[in-house]
Amino acid sequence: MYTLSKNLKLSAIIFMVVGAVLFAVDYVMLPKSTADIEAMEAAHGGGHGDTAHEVDGGTHTEKGHSTEIHGESNHASGVAHGDSQLADSHDGDHADGGHVMSKEEHLEHTLHQYQNKPWSAIYIAAFFFFMIALACLAFYAVQYVAQAGWSPLLLRVMEGITGYLLPGSIIMFVLLALSGFHLNHLFHWMDPDLLVEGGDKYDKLIAGKSGYLNVTGLLIRAAVFIAGWNIYRFFAVKFSKNQDEGADNRWHKKSFKAAAGFLVFFIYTESIMSWDWIMSLDPHWFSTLFGWYVFAGMMVCAITVIAMVTIYLKSIGLLENVNDSHIHDLAKFMFAFSIFWTYLWFSQFMLIWYSNIPEEVTYYITRIEDYNLPFFGMLAMNFVFPLLLLMNSEYKRINWFVMMAGVVILLGHYLDLFNMVMPATVGKSWSIGFVEIGSLMFFFGLFIFVVFSSLAKRPLEPKRNPLIEESKHFHY
Amino acid sequence: MAHYEAPIRRPLVTGDKTYHDVTLDVVAPVEGRANKHWWIVFGIALTAFLWGIGCIIYTITNGIGSWGLNKTVNWAWDITNFVWWVGIGHAGTLISAVLLLFRQKWRMAINRSAEAMTIFSVVQAGLFPIIHMGRPWLAYWVLPIPNQFGSLWVNFNSPLLWDVFAISTYLSVSLVFWWTGLLPDFAMIRDRAVKPFQKKIYSLLSFGWSGRAKDWQRFEEVSLVLAGLATPLVLSVHTIVSFDFATSVIPGWHTTIFPPYFVAGAVFSGFAMVNTLLIVMRKVSNLEAYITIQHIELMNIVIMITGSIVGVAYITELFMAWYSGVEYEQYAFLNRATGPYAWSYWAMMTCNVFSPQFMWFPKLRRSIMFSFFISIVVNIGMWFERFVIIVTSLHRDYLPSSWSMFSPTFVDIGIFIGTIGFFFVLFLLYARTFPVIAQAEVKTIMKSSGERYKKLRESGQSLVGSGADPRTSGGPVKINLDGHYQAAQAEVVSDEPMIPEDTHGNDVLINSLGAFDAATQKADDLQKVNGIGPKMEEKLNQLGIYTFAQVARMTKADYDLLDSITGSFPGRAERDDWAGQAATLNNN
Repeated sequence: MYTLSKNLKLSAIIFMVVGAVLFAVDYVMLPKSTADIEAMEAAHGGGHGDTAHEVDGGTHTEKGHSTEIHGESNHASGVAHGDSQLADSHDGDHADGGHVMSKEEHLEHTLHQYQNKPWSAIYIAAFFFFMIALACLAFYAVQYVAQAGWSPLLLRVMEGITGYLLPGSIIMFVLLALSGFHLNHLFHWMDPDLLVEGGDKYDKLIAGKSGYLNVTGLLIRAAVFIAGWNIYRFFAVKFSKNQDEGADNRWHKKSFKAAAGFLVFFIYTESIMSWDWIMSLDPHWFSTLFGWYVFAGMMVCAITVIAMVTIYLKSIGLLENVNDSHIHDLAKFMFAFSIFWTYLWFSQFMLIWYSNIPEEVTYYITRIEDYNLPFFGMLAMNFVFPLLLLMNSEYKRINWFVMMAGVVILLGHYLDLFNMVMPATVGKSWSIGFVEIGSLMFFFGLFIFVVFSSLAKRPLEPKRNPLIEESKHFHY
Repeated sequence: MAHYEAPIRRPLVTGDKTYHDVTLDVVAPVEGRANKHWWIVFGIALTAFLWGIGCIIYTITNGIGSWGLNKTVNWAWDITNFVWWVGIGHAGTLISAVLLLFRQKWRMAINRSAEAMTIFSVVQAGLFPIIHMGRPWLAYWVLPIPNQFGSLWVNFNSPLLWDVFAISTYLSVSLVFWWTGLLPDFAMIRDRAVKPFQKKIYSLLSFGWSGRAKDWQRFEEVSLVLAGLATPLVLSVHTIVSFDFATSVIPGWHTTIFPPYFVAGAVFSGFAMVNTLLIVMRKVSNLEAYITIQHIELMNIVIMITGSIVGVAYITELFMAWYSGVEYEQYAFLNRATGPYAWSYWAMMTCNVFSPQFMWFPKLRRSIMFSFFISIVVNIGMWFERFVIIVTSLHRDYLPSSWSMFSPTFVDIGIFIGTIGFFFVLFLLYARTFPVIAQAEVKTIMKSSGERYKKLRESGQSLVGSGADPRTSGGPVKINLDGHYQAAQAEVVSDEPMIPEDTHGNDVLINSLGAFDAATQKADDLQKVNGIGPKMEEKLNQLGIYTFAQVARMTKADYDLLDSITGSFPGRAERDDWAGQAATLNNN
């Protein structure tokens, strides 16, 4: 039985406090008016001056025209390009299908991006830890459905990590609701003016999607999904506890059935969730693969966290039946899902790059032009590193090595999420500053606190799981 | 892997099978003769194959114009068939490689045939691009060879060229993987072969396998390396096939979900074909103890899961077509569901998404007839999937004046039927000449997952020495009681000489087999045992052996004794497993 140590509790709280302080400091320092932006840009020298942006505006206009193939309305498709989309949403004069921004417009536009920055930072960090808990729950369900014999010793670790699902998903819901109440402009499509036909800001494409992309629908879907996931989590933990105390395998069979049902629910809701919560940040862009791409990233992170928590618990003398072969298997999954993630990343990227259809390819153009380092950096961290570090089967058994690889993988997938969200919300005005680091630290602290408190609630080894003996005898 | 297995796991080898039984059951189709049914099916397959060859010759002499293609639908049956066959091939590699990495013991009974199926179906797939070239003698132009050999340097930007590499790599790796697994099994047939010609052939095929520990160690290492290589291939091959479509800008083709969705669909159709083949084969070749209901059930579950994944992809595509706001994309999907080819779209939906959902019910997925039926339905559905993707997207061109329909000619149909015939010709020949179950691998799980040994263990007995068989060495004698095989704890023949140096061999033989009492017992027709002719029966009767029960008790020592007495056909009794056959006959 694990008990949450004082040190760990204190560290978690310190992370949260320091994270909040960093966030607050940076938040205060962010530009608050167009005058601030002007001063800031002046301080940075002429490199980012108006001329550069005017040239940029011009380029976007060109792209705007080339996307007209699917709409008589020029500006409807002309706005789909990363930061110019925001520019167009916040000022009116673009009836000619794209325009060169005036200085005021540019400042206004940049200010909006800066206003989005702290919200985006929170959103990314909150989603990152939420998705770990959710994917962990899916991995847990897979263990039951597959009747896996190697993993029962790790089931309680997984149950502990999914303890974060409830707080994590509620935080996500609150964030979505706040966006829905227009406290921020993360979701461009939530602007009601876009749907006013004939209005200045009318966007034909977004108006066409409004049957699906509307605040009510988004929140109802989110509520249903969050309820579904948490209900399964509740029963899964309950059944596994009952099995420990029961006399036969009745509860184990119930766990099996519940897991199968959950996975069916999950395969649909996970995709829709990723469209709603992430893909719609770029409301003109679409990719059928997106849901599975997000799923692969989630799984890598979840398995990595399972491995890390297991190694930690082992290092303090718990989970004595877990041996290096279990770590080896987890590391294999980290490796395999990293490759799978890369496969999906490549499939999505390559097909869009190859076909070069303007309304799709713009997604990658903004990322490669404005997010070059995080874009290629995360590819190195999520593909090259795991490939090289975890290829060798000996290394997968060295615990500290798996820990190190895990840190790189987790940071890499944070960056991946950063690349999915930031270009749509803050455009070129991104940086990894105190706001981002502070949010990440805060949610990290919260995650550690919740997960380890949850781990302390149950014995770490399931007693009567019918496959537990196989897991104990497991060796590679 | 430890021998320990949780009690809730069901046995993977049912019945009272010993190690020797595995050998005998696997070699039976190879050493025995083909029955009438085999010849009938083979005849039909061969006829279809010949018909296909005729159609191919017709195509080559008359040109591609003999197909139903037209200017708008310029890709139809040929590519549909190609993708269908490549897809079917996926199950083999998935079973042999991915399930090996996942340590799934149930793969061992089915991997050999699934891999054979893979190779045979990739052969069929490969035919189509070659025929479609119109000038198949120039097929080597798809390879990057210097210009002086006649071709222009190949276009590396084309997914069709990537296909050439992907599929040839896939075929080579699958072939090597398959053959590696076959080595110990070929060696087993070689060691049992009586005729010199057979012995020669299987010696060549088994590459001098000696069965030393070093051989096994290398065998396991190379299996893991090949599994590691083959796993990305499972993904890459159909991914690249999907690129043939997805890299284009055709509505309905250009969609990013294609790569993983094609792979899931391929595994789906492959498992359906494995089920189709194995449900028949387990019956015809008497392999029900190895390819059990549980195996069929697990394959059905894979079919259900992959079918559902394909279903999610269909729905995602449909939704995104609307969500994208792209009119062309929206129309492409509306046209699929409601246009002139709507029947094929709904056939696909019913077969691929709806029908596998029946497998949620344990009763249905454990029913052999129902599984067979669904496997056929899925095979049909997956053919329609490719037809829907290809033809419905093409037949409505960007220019409405070019809109047209596609209808296949007899040549299209004939070539397709021909490949089905060719596939079955290959598979039927395989079923009679190859060990269709990886018996060496099955033997490695006998003690953990074989019913006989599970029962021994559960009854608290030691497994020490239980692998021995009286028909080949010492060991407990199998006696047939109440229709159930039970392992009686008989004396283990240990250091005693196999053939007692006693001239009164007959007495010794009768002592160990039991005397025949004409007053109370009835003589059996010993000629029913394969290998016992009228002359041998006479000899046996002279020795006092009249019943199946007596023959069923024969051990290696008795066989040798019998050989020394009768002096005819040495080793024949052991090879034909008279004891085992007699036990079965006695049981019926």
